Amino acid sequence: MSEAVSALSGQTHEGFVTVSEAGLVGMISIRSDLEAKGLAKALKAERLPVPGPRRIETANGRSIAWMSPDELLLICAHDEAPALTDRLAKALAGDHALVVNVSDARAMFTIRGDKADQVVMKLSPADIATLPEGEIRRSRTAQVAAAFWRSGESEISLISFRSVAGYVMGLLEVSAREGSDLF
Amino acid sequence: MLTLTCPCCGVIAEETEFAPGGEAHLKRFGPGSSDDEFEGYLFARKNPKGVHFERWRHAYGCGKWFLAARDTNTLEVFATYKAQTTEPPADVIAKIKAKRPDWEGYK
Repeated sequence: MSEAVSALSGQTHEGFVTVSEAGLVGMISIRSDLEAKGLAKALKAERLPVPGPRRIETANGRSIAWMSPDELLLICAHDEAPALTDRLAKALAGDHALVVNVSDARAMFTIRGDKADQVVMKLSPADIATLPEGEIRRSRTAQVAAAFWRSGESEISLISFRSVAGYVMGLLEVSAREGSDLF
Repeated sequence: MLTLTCPCCGVIAEETEFAPGGEAHLKRFGPGSSDDEFEGYLFARKNPKGVHFERWRHAYGCGKWFLAARDTNTLEVFATYKAQTTEPPADVIAKIKAKRPDWEGYK
């Protein structure tokens, strides 16, 4: 097996907050009727809930996010993802559902610091100030799609496609530069 | 700036998060239709100054298509609703009529 490498190998920049690429993260895309009993059962077996609209729930070291009316994103450890994908795919085999390991197609970033909000505010048209805890917002950062949520106290996690990870890191680095905070 | 509420995910977002899809509630004329009908289906579009029904896609969000009733002149959005409708729902019509009493109606 080849060695897994994240998009930017954990690159970190210090500004008025710290922005870093989160390293290897497992992500599994689940597409299904979210009200289906089979889905709830399959996720329950993994001790995971089915999140409500726009919610992201964290349980047992994994997070599960509502991405659209028929899509969930399961965030887990990178090495756990292939086996977890297989188990979920098997559990949902009889349903009209799709489970795909997208770990290597995505990049994740962490913005840490008291003014973490401002870094994203400058890049996205979304209303970050009113973004509640436990809600994932799919929007854009400058010209590329991104999803972000409050993953802890003064911390925002952001997901983008891996192919644009360098661009997103550039955005975050510039947006977080010392002296460029908004208020 | 145009602010739309996506009826599929409930997010309130501004125009650049969406992709416009042109006029809503078009009836397709395919094989077996007359040339005039087909030409109309391909090219004839309303271009009102006032109440208009449009298709939009929440491109940077949930990715779903939906429909919006808005005023092309003031950018006021009367309602957004599911794409799975062949004509504006009664409650949307009622909302528009309440705000634009002299609107000549859909069609």
